[in-house]
Amino acid sequence: MERMFEWGGGVWGGVGLAALQILAFMVILLVSLAFLLLFDRKVWAAVMMRKGPNVVGPFGLLQAFADFLKFVLKEIIIPAGANKTVFLLAPILSLTLAFIAWAVIPVAPGWVIADLNVGVLYLFAISSLGVYGIIMGGWASNSKYPFLGGLRSAAQMVSYEVSIGFVIITVLLLVGSMNLTDVVDAQKGGFWNWHVFLLTPSKIALFPVMLVMFVIFFVSALAETNRPPFDLPEAESELVAGYQVEYSSTPYLLFMIGEYLNIVLMCAMLTILFFGGWHPPWPAPDMEPGSIASLLGALMFAAKVIFFFFLFALVKAVVPRYRYDQLMRLGWKIFLPTSLAAVVIVSGYVVFALPRAAG
Amino acid sequence: MDSIQSQVADYLPIAIFLVIAAALSVGFILASAVFAPSNPDPEKLSAYECGFNAFDDARMKFDVRFYLVAILFIIFDLEVAFLFPWIFEVAAGNQAAFWSMMAFLGVLTVGFVYEWRRGALEWE
Repeated sequence: MERMFEWGGGVWGGVGLAALQILAFMVILLVSLAFLLLFDRKVWAAVMMRKGPNVVGPFGLLQAFADFLKFVLKEIIIPAGANKTVFLLAPILSLTLAFIAWAVIPVAPGWVIADLNVGVLYLFAISSLGVYGIIMGGWASNSKYPFLGGLRSAAQMVSYEVSIGFVIITVLLLVGSMNLTDVVDAQKGGFWNWHVFLLTPSKIALFPVMLVMFVIFFVSALAETNRPPFDLPEAESELVAGYQVEYSSTPYLLFMIGEYLNIVLMCAMLTILFFGGWHPPWPAPDMEPGSIASLLGALMFAAKVIFFFFLFALVKAVVPRYRYDQLMRLGWKIFLPTSLAAVVIVSGYVVFALPRAAG
Repeated sequence: MDSIQSQVADYLPIAIFLVIAAALSVGFILASAVFAPSNPDPEKLSAYECGFNAFDDARMKFDVRFYLVAILFIIFDLEVAFLFPWIFEVAAGNQAAFWSMMAFLGVLTVGFVYEWRRGALEWE
C-alpha cells in the first residue's frame, strides 16, 4: 500500500490507484468466472454425453454473458410476506463477502491486493461470515422451503468450517507464518516440496498425514460451498432450491455469482495451501515481482485453479447426493477427529523431530 | 511511517475493495430495477407452495439439533482461533507451548467424547 502512496503522490492518489487496481482485478475475476461457468456446464454435459451450451457465440463461449443480460432484464419479485430490507441485503452481503475474500489471495509474487501478515486468519473470518447471507435470505423470504434450506445450509457450512480450520492449522504449522505469500514460498523448488506430497527428506514422515489433510480439505470445500454431492440446502427433489426459492432476477444472480466466486476461492486456497501456488512443479529460479517470470507464475496459478475447478465440476457430475445424517456424521465424527489428531501429530513433529536452522 | 500506521495502511485496500464490491452488488440490483418490467399481482407475490395457499407461520419450530450444532461450532471454532497464534511458538520449537496446548486440546477432547457418547452428534 505504501508503494501506492508513493506512485499516486499522496494519500488520495494512492487510494485512487488502489481502487483502479481493485477494479481491474474484479473485472478479470468476473470475466474468468463467466468462462468457468460455461466450463462447469460443459464438463457436466460431457459426462452425460450431451453437447452443453453451444448456441450463443462459437462453442457457446458467450453463454454466460447472455445469461447475465437475461437476469438483468427479468422482474425482481419480492414476496409480500418478506422482510424487504433483509431480503435484498442477503444477496448483496453474499456477493460482497465473496469478493473481498479475494483481497488477500496472492496470484503471483507481489500480485496481491492486501498483503496482510494474518492473511489466513482474514480468509477464515470472511468465509465464516458467508453463512450470514444464506441464513438472512432463508429467514427473510418468510416461506417454508427457504427457511428449511437456510437452516440446513447454516448447520452444514458451520460443521465443515471447523475441519477446514484444523487442516489450515496443520499447513501453517509447517510454514510458521500466517502470510499467504510465505505459505506459497515455503513450497518452492519442485513438487516434492508441495504440502500435499511433502517428499523432502526432513518431512517425509508427514507425507501420509498431509495427503489425508488435502483430501479432507477438498471434501470440506465441496461441503462448505454447497456443491454436489453436499448440495442438500438446495436439494431440488425435496427443498426445490433451498434458500433461493423466492429469489429472482439479479438478487438471485448475486447469490449465484457469490457461490461460484466462493468455489473458485476454495480452488485458489487448495492451490496456495497444498499445491505450491504460482511455483511450477519443477525447480525454477526465483521470480522477481513484476517480471515476465511472475506473469508465467500467474498463469501457473491459474492453471492449477482451473484444474481444481475441473475436479469440482467432475465431482458434481459423477457423485450422487449424500443424505443429511451421513453428511453430519462425515463432518463431525470422521473429519473433525482426524484433523484434530493431525494437528497433534504435525505440531509434535515440528517441535521434536524437525531439524531446525540455528537461531 | 511508523509500523502501526503502515499496518493500518495494509488494511486500506480491503476497505476500498469492500466499498467497490458493495457498490457493484447494489448496482446489479438497481440495473434490474430500472431495466426490467414490474407488474406484480397477489399470486406472483405469494409465498411459494405446492398448489395451495401457505398456511401456518413459515418460521416454524425446528429441530433442537441445529442449535446443538451451532453450540458445538462455537466451541471448536474458538479452539481453532486459539491455535492460530500458537503456530508461531511451535514453529520456533517451544516445548512448553506445545504441552500446554496439548493439555487444552485434551480437555476439549474429553468434552467431545462426552458429547459423542451422549448422542449429540446423531442425526436420524
